Amino acid sequence: MATHTEVLNEIQTDLRELAVETISRALKAGATAAEAIIQEGNEFSTVVRLGQVETLKESGSRAIGLRVFIGKKTASTYSSDFTNEGIERLVSGAVTLARVTSEDPYAGLPDPSLLGIVPGDLKLYFEDVHSLPPEERIEYARRAESAAMAVDTRIGNSDGGSFDAGTGHKIFANSLGFVGEYRRSQCSIMAIPIAQADNGVMQRDAWYSVARTLTRLESPEAVGKEAARRTLRRLGARKIASTQVPVVFDSETARSLLSEIADCVSGDAIYRHASFLAGKLGEKIAGENITLTDDGTMPQGFGTAPFDGEGIPTRRTVVIEKGVLKSYLLNTYTAKKLGLKTTGNAARGLTGNPGIRPGNFFLEQGRKTPEAIIADIKQGLYITDLMGFGVNHVTGDYSRGASGIWIEHGELTYPVEEITVAGNLRDMLNNIVEIGNDLEFRSSLASPTLRIDGMMIAGE
Amino acid sequence: MTGKQNLFFQKFGVTPTDLQRYLSEALSAGGDYADLYFEYLTSTNITVDESIVKSATQGISAGCGVRVLAGERTGYAYTDDLAPEKILRAARTAALIARGPAQQPVQGFKESAAHQLYQISSPSVDADIAAKLDLVMRADRAARAYDPRIVQVRGGYADELRQILVVGSDGTFATDVQPLARFTVICIAKSGENSAKGQSGGGGRVEIDYFQTEKTPETFAQEAARQTIIQLDAREAPAGEMEVVLGPGWPGILLHEAIGHGLEADFNRKGTSAFSGLIGKRVASDKCMVVDNGTLPSRRGSLNVDDEGSPTQETVLIENGILKGYLSDKLSARLMGMPSTGSGRRESYEHIPMPRMTNTYMLAGNDAPEDIIRSVKRGVYAVNFGGGQVDITNGKFVFSASEAYMIEDGHVTAPLKNCTLIGNGPDALTRVSMVGNDLQLDEGVGTCGKDGQSVPVGVGIPTLKLDSMTVGGTAR
Repeated sequence: MATHTEVLNEIQTDLRELAVETISRALKAGATAAEAIIQEGNEFSTVVRLGQVETLKESGSRAIGLRVFIGKKTASTYSSDFTNEGIERLVSGAVTLARVTSEDPYAGLPDPSLLGIVPGDLKLYFEDVHSLPPEERIEYARRAESAAMAVDTRIGNSDGGSFDAGTGHKIFANSLGFVGEYRRSQCSIMAIPIAQADNGVMQRDAWYSVARTLTRLESPEAVGKEAARRTLRRLGARKIASTQVPVVFDSETARSLLSEIADCVSGDAIYRHASFLAGKLGEKIAGENITLTDDGTMPQGFGTAPFDGEGIPTRRTVVIEKGVLKSYLLNTYTAKKLGLKTTGNAARGLTGNPGIRPGNFFLEQGRKTPEAIIADIKQGLYITDLMGFGVNHVTGDYSRGASGIWIEHGELTYPVEEITVAGNLRDMLNNIVEIGNDLEFRSSLASPTLRIDGMMIAGE
Repeated sequence: MTGKQNLFFQKFGVTPTDLQRYLSEALSAGGDYADLYFEYLTSTNITVDESIVKSATQGISAGCGVRVLAGERTGYAYTDDLAPEKILRAARTAALIARGPAQQPVQGFKESAAHQLYQISSPSVDADIAAKLDLVMRADRAARAYDPRIVQVRGGYADELRQILVVGSDGTFATDVQPLARFTVICIAKSGENSAKGQSGGGGRVEIDYFQTEKTPETFAQEAARQTIIQLDAREAPAGEMEVVLGPGWPGILLHEAIGHGLEADFNRKGTSAFSGLIGKRVASDKCMVVDNGTLPSRRGSLNVDDEGSPTQETVLIENGILKGYLSDKLSARLMGMPSTGSGRRESYEHIPMPRMTNTYMLAGNDAPEDIIRSVKRGVYAVNFGGGQVDITNGKFVFSASEAYMIEDGHVTAPLKNCTLIGNGPDALTRVSMVGNDLQLDEGVGTCGKDGQSVPVGVGIPTLKLDSMTVGGTAR
């Protein structure tokens, strides 16, 4: 680790200076305010299929984005050209564009007093993700796949085992004097086995482990075995008749529900009336058992950052407390539009105005094990996979393709597929009758197992 | 190789000798084949929101991806710096997929005749920004004028110009300049307690004049507003299997999900698709003729050459219900002993090419659309869709209707809330019992995702009747 430090620091200083210099060039060119972002990253990925290396990819890239204001007008540009000429074009392009956009009374940089960086080490960057020699990285992928294929003779094919590693470096500066930067690392293992039933029908499923450091990664064997278990339990899946029964979302599919809720509490959706939760602040929108939190400061978190896309420190925000909508997720712009304060959720890509992104967004867990939740159900559906995009945030209407396992007298029985599960998010939030004790952060969004009553299943 | 004027030669000082050297380096460890993909992309994006121009952006990216094939193995590396030492380093990294001494020589470049599917007179990216702003403001006004219940309008104009150079160790030498433009209008309406959203858009490999003359902002704005207002009174969709009629055009996403992905050669080479081994077998009713065609002028999914430098073509996928062919890139073509169908596509220089669709559609049949509707006792008439998804291994696919109606006793009746339709790829099209005489292609908004790579595509169908499909509503 020590051998790399000096080199990295050198690069670091260069890019910080470049960000600050780009801003001052923008101000000289006529901008009244500006912010610059520089992103650089590198990626390594390998896929091993049927024991042979299928792909090996390794590369790095970087780019710079600039957003300028001329009074209340704004525009932005980006480029991968870091030469003097490239930066000049970036600056003149942004200023020229800004002159033709409209005055927006709500546009502008954040209140300077709100800028800042979460102190301390958030443990987002570990050099060890790149420390493995190439042969060993390939070996991780190979081990994950072979562990999956060794589980059962019905697994005779595979979409491979993979190992990915990457690091990213972000520098952000604005004309109010803010300069911040951070690095993040991530590595992951995945296995996608394919099994065939006696009737010839194939099924596949996948499992993965992802972490910011190699030391937190599950073993390739554990990943492979779980992938095999999930694949095998789909064999022989059938369609069922349309029915209305309790539905249990496993923690993976429940997480996708949280993603919908995150979109619906985003300030962008709220001020546009594009969410069924618009105007519901302070109202009871879910059962009393529902407490939903966003926390951008959790060490090693997949949604953690020391500051948001506008240089505001990230924080912990209770979004729903015991069923009451306590806060939206906001950036500076949407906060101004709604007469509220930013929650430090600005998301900044290379280009355009800041959007909104949750940090680590999770539902407080309950006491029951997933097994106990299933054991209480006479007839129901345990959902393990969802497909498609059938969620309307404006109305809350929800209708997605699903597959899973039928529950009969408290036990998981046969696999089910080619059905849909439908309802309305408004009702679903009030009909979460059980919450599991299995909260685990496998991404920036995390949910325990959930039982939701009153949903319609469409099949035969 | 011709001395064709080329951006990468002129602006970045790349020479044919350099290209040969990079390819030799890529094959230095014994690879069978290597190629280089140079890309220079400029883009513009404008958003009008709440009747003001809230965002205008412009960007430039450039880079080169180096790929080396060795048997079934692919090595890949890229650089966003086109300096010779950076490209050589990427070539050395990609070369490591093979182990051994160099075996394949690099062939002399031969530029093959290419299609001329799109006009580039004044590339949109350079056209006056004010003219683009004007287009989007017109859409905003037209949508608001449509109905006082429209409370929010967001209009967007995006265009790009992608200049590529593809060279391969087999002598491939191809260049292309690919324009792409898209107009989008999203509306929100409120009426009492009810809210609704609607969306419309279009474009293709066209320039700004397309939106000034052929498809005006008003067309898209009125269509988005119309869909939004209809949705205000939508009732619960039914749940269960029933007759489904798909309107012409964009509902062709059915083909994209139900069969298109399943026919991409990589899945079939590996035996991981529900369609593996079904060539020559019946996968649709005999009324179904389905093609993938990358050569339609100005279409969003069209390309003069694919991202491996092969000319695009029309590929018959299903003929009279029988599965005829797969969509192939160079790798799968070589390994499967079949010709490439010009289907090797990638999102950018950072991505490995793979078999993808271009414009996928079903040819027109003989039925009048009115007769198709009239033949349905109780079913769903779906005319607009959001996205879809497929699990290619078990063939299950979904696509979500954003505008649909009940059909009762042969008449189109109440509008329905958003609902997902689900089916099984290898047998969904066997249930097609009527095929309309009204083939339409979509307006040009489709983007397809596969393995994390997005590429523009087109779809189309005539009005179609499926005797049975599962509709995922909430009403019994």
